Amino acid sequence: MGVSDRTVLEVYRYLPENQTEPTFQTYEIDSQDNWVVLDALNHIKAEIDSTLSFRWSCRMGVCGSCGMMVNGEPKLTCETFIRDYDTMTVRIEPLNHFPVIRDLVINMDDFMEKLPTVSPWLIPDQDKPLDEGEYLQTPGQVARYKRFSMCINCMLCYSACPVYGLDSSFTGPAALALAERYNLDSRDHGRKERAATVTAHEGIWECTYVGECTQVCPKDVDPAGAIQMLKLSYALDWAKSVVMPKRGRS
Amino acid sequence: MTRELTKPLPRNWWLKKAAYFRFMMRELTSVAVLAYTLLIVWTLGSAANSGGFSTLYAFLSTSLSVSLHVVILALALYHTGTWIALTPKVMVLWRDDERVDPDFIAGVTGISFLMITGATIWLVLM
Repeated sequence: MGVSDRTVLEVYRYLPENQTEPTFQTYEIDSQDNWVVLDALNHIKAEIDSTLSFRWSCRMGVCGSCGMMVNGEPKLTCETFIRDYDTMTVRIEPLNHFPVIRDLVINMDDFMEKLPTVSPWLIPDQDKPLDEGEYLQTPGQVARYKRFSMCINCMLCYSACPVYGLDSSFTGPAALALAERYNLDSRDHGRKERAATVTAHEGIWECTYVGECTQVCPKDVDPAGAIQMLKLSYALDWAKSVVMPKRGRS
Repeated sequence: MTRELTKPLPRNWWLKKAAYFRFMMRELTSVAVLAYTLLIVWTLGSAANSGGFSTLYAFLSTSLSVSLHVVILALALYHTGTWIALTPKVMVLWRDDERVDPDFIAGVTGISFLMITGATIWLVLM
């Protein structure tokens, strides 16, 4: 165990049965040097206030459940160390731009509804029988899309995106990055099928490239880059369709 | 049915974070560059129609005009820099199975920009 430190946590509280407006509740705790913010929240829930609600699961930056605003920045609380904050007070809020159900728990329905609209799965040109074996790829073919495949759906990128905050009809960074992930996959032939959602007004063209989605991504997915690549590839498709209307692109 | 809270983005959201502010400046500099371009086209058109280029030259050499152009140049360079930084995001190149270093692409873009700008200045001053 590391050295104990006195830490003040200001935690966003919203209990819909009692409150119409949120409040901040202050908890003073003795945190250990090796504690992440999630450890502190679990300590509060176990030892001080069992009414506090928040989501978490894997505690190792894989499940994407514990995303919250920590001192105004979207973070996975399971990999955000308290010792990294110079200030004695750490403020914890639910992710921005999502409706709050209770305390630090957000409603993620909007994201879950948007995700399948980009068909984030392999769409082969024709199915082959199982006895013909796997769809093989070279390491180079994997490298083309690997970065965009690391998304854990934590929604930090949505929380950092002011475009989504201003207009929630925007398909959003994670979903669009996944569309590009499959478009770049050599086994996939679904880019035309994805075009309707991806190139809609609420899709790539809504993005103004603020770029913060990429900055906050805990998995280095680079959604902003993926969206710019989508813009270029679909713009080229359009240009080709104008210049060579008889030649489609699969 | 539980009541859910929604927190709208405040009007001054772009002042809340340095990155948001830099983004807004990038967008606003494009407006400034467009406004300057329109002003130049209009000024040159008016001068050509009235045969008054000498008045225009006289204005261009005033300290007000020089200051204005220094500010516009700074805004245009800032805006250009943001596009050079963006280039490797859009232009993802591969050499065999290895991605070409994004910094190399940005560097080549920046150097190309400087060379084309230099050539244009040389042509104008020739």
